[in-house]
Amino acid sequence: MTVDLNKLHAVGAIAEAAEGKWGMVIDMDLCTGCQACVAACAMENNIPYVEEEDAGYGRSMHWIRTERFWEGEYPEVKISGYQPMLCQQCGKAPCEPVCPAFATVHSQAEQLNLQVYNRCVGTRYCANNCPYQVRSFNWRDYQDSRVRPEITILANQFNPDVTVRRRGVMEKCTFCIQRIHKAQDKAKSEGREVEDGEFTTACAQACPANAITFGRIDHPESLVSQLARSPRAEHHLEELGTLPRVTYLKEG
Amino acid sequence: MADHKHHTSHEEHLREQHLMLDPMPRGKMNEMVMEAMHTTSWKFWLVFGLLAAIVAYALFYKWGVMILEGLGVAGVNRPSYWGIFLVNTVFWIGISHAGTFISAILRVFKAEFRRPFTRAAELMTTFGLVQAGFSIFMHMGRVWLSYWLMPIPNQRGLWPNFHSPLSWDLLAITTYLLSSTMYLFLPLIPDLAMARDRTPDGTWQKVFYRTLALGFRGTEGEWTHLRNALNIFAFAIIPVMFSVHTIVSWDFAMATRPGWNSTIFGPYFVVGALHSGMGAVVMVLAVVRGTMKNMKYFIRPEHFEAIGKLMLIISMTWGYFFFNDYIVQWYGGDKWTKELLHWHEAGPMGWMWFGMLICNVAIPWAILWNKKWRSTPWLLFIVGMLINVGMWFERYIIVPISLTINRMPFTWRLYQPGIEVWLGIGTLAFFILLYMAASKLIPLIPVWEVQEGQMAHSLKKYGRETVVTVSELE
Repeated sequence: MTVDLNKLHAVGAIAEAAEGKWGMVIDMDLCTGCQACVAACAMENNIPYVEEEDAGYGRSMHWIRTERFWEGEYPEVKISGYQPMLCQQCGKAPCEPVCPAFATVHSQAEQLNLQVYNRCVGTRYCANNCPYQVRSFNWRDYQDSRVRPEITILANQFNPDVTVRRRGVMEKCTFCIQRIHKAQDKAKSEGREVEDGEFTTACAQACPANAITFGRIDHPESLVSQLARSPRAEHHLEELGTLPRVTYLKEG
Repeated sequence: MADHKHHTSHEEHLREQHLMLDPMPRGKMNEMVMEAMHTTSWKFWLVFGLLAAIVAYALFYKWGVMILEGLGVAGVNRPSYWGIFLVNTVFWIGISHAGTFISAILRVFKAEFRRPFTRAAELMTTFGLVQAGFSIFMHMGRVWLSYWLMPIPNQRGLWPNFHSPLSWDLLAITTYLLSSTMYLFLPLIPDLAMARDRTPDGTWQKVFYRTLALGFRGTEGEWTHLRNALNIFAFAIIPVMFSVHTIVSWDFAMATRPGWNSTIFGPYFVVGALHSGMGAVVMVLAVVRGTMKNMKYFIRPEHFEAIGKLMLIISMTWGYFFFNDYIVQWYGGDKWTKELLHWHEAGPMGWMWFGMLICNVAIPWAILWNKKWRSTPWLLFIVGMLINVGMWFERYIIVPISLTINRMPFTWRLYQPGIEVWLGIGTLAFFILLYMAASKLIPLIPVWEVQEGQMAHSLKKYGRETVVTVSELE
């Protein structure tokens, strides 16, 4: 199989990860921290902007964020790297068992980590238990034009393939599942399998440095599989046994 | 109170000190309790009205605002997704523990000093759990869908996730609320019957007492049934009490967060709950004794003295568990946990960490060792209040402050409480309000239990020595 089995510790986890279809590789050497992925993701997935006050309190909603690391004290600051952080689509996700309402579930078909918005009651336990802190919560009705009239104009650019979320609901990166499904439908109507590189996620599409690669990790020769076998490959917080589906290529 | 300076004998001194040795006729005690219930000064109504206004504004109005606008009006935020709501939930469940502890454990161990204030403590359990319920429901993003967490069969075949500690939590708290309410009600029946017989016909109170007294007439058979039921309940509710706070602690201990993932959390939380609960009992007793008529006969310094001893022991136990939790986490050497422990003491909220230790350990140890001091109601009121402040700090440190530190340093951010402060004040006001209303509606002293104890106790003279004897009643 295609995934690096030496990297997986638990036996049960191997089967799960080996079946996984979709994966991502992020090359931290190439990332320039330009945030194009953040913008593209927000537009693709109808992620609301939260206005000045909430943003100032750190409530900006992003399914992907570019973490900025630096060395030294101001003004002698040297940027030491950027790290795009998004849902790692864990094979063994800590967010899943803690949801009392089954709003955070693992999909059998895509082997992804799904958030069922209309089942979510907002206990926020999943977000607490996510070691990557990549879930964002709808603290207010950011997308209701009755509450925020100024949103009406922005509503015209909503992606019709993606729902909008109301207040009190958790959300997170879906690996652009609407694109996955579109590609699968197309392939099915043409009687073939989805090819590697046939489509990609919004963040990977927007990245000007090509730092993000998305594709099938069950194909050994796909680009994403080849990159994941690189000696620079690593998984974040691997010691927790979460089996992340996103591989980072550390700066070499 | 009798004059202290003139006791002529050891016997008189004993009678003065101990309620159980100072018997009064049943009729007289009934009258005293009814009088305490019916004597209401304007000050009572002033405080009552004030609290009702606070409840209406801080609890219901502010909660309504939050439901309509979303949790954005609160201060919860990444990474402190759980804030004061959960702090208060744990706090109120903790308060509720003292009721069962005093009533059930002391009943099982036949601690005689418990008799006059079991009711006062049991009321705290039920009313405390009501506030815990408010706090946890406020915390939810879409509270109008909270019934989804209950295993109610529905046409969509949806079911709660029993892997989640929150599901266990909900079931544990519901079980505890139901069983503690029944346990409050059982020993209340004879007193309700007593109140029924002393309430004039044609009043709504008469209807109220007649309904709740379930036709209790005090026959031998009824007493036997009641005693049997109480015995079963007293034993059965103790494991429920221990399990409920252990399960609450699992909300934290089962998570992957540094500072939460600690195996000692179960007993640590139970002892913490008893710590704050005993503090709250002593506060309630001091207020009841100071403000209600005839209560100085029933609640005496000996009771504060006895609870003071328990508080001291619980404070020491809490100190042990705190130290245990700390040292094991520190020794574990996980870098995020180390960061967190440093953040607790030396972070911007470090004052709270030290305040917790001062209130929970230093002050009880400094004051409660002295018999004279721990027999002083007002002093115990202050100690009880400080312990509750300390225990609230403890929960605040465990929930939002520990949540500040996680494995993604980019997201670290200090929690700033918003509307939840109002809501917390609202639950506190509602607790006191419910208690005040109850003190006017149900006999706060279980007269039959006091009388039972007084009948069992007697003073005998062996030569010149006066000796206390207790006969086994049950």
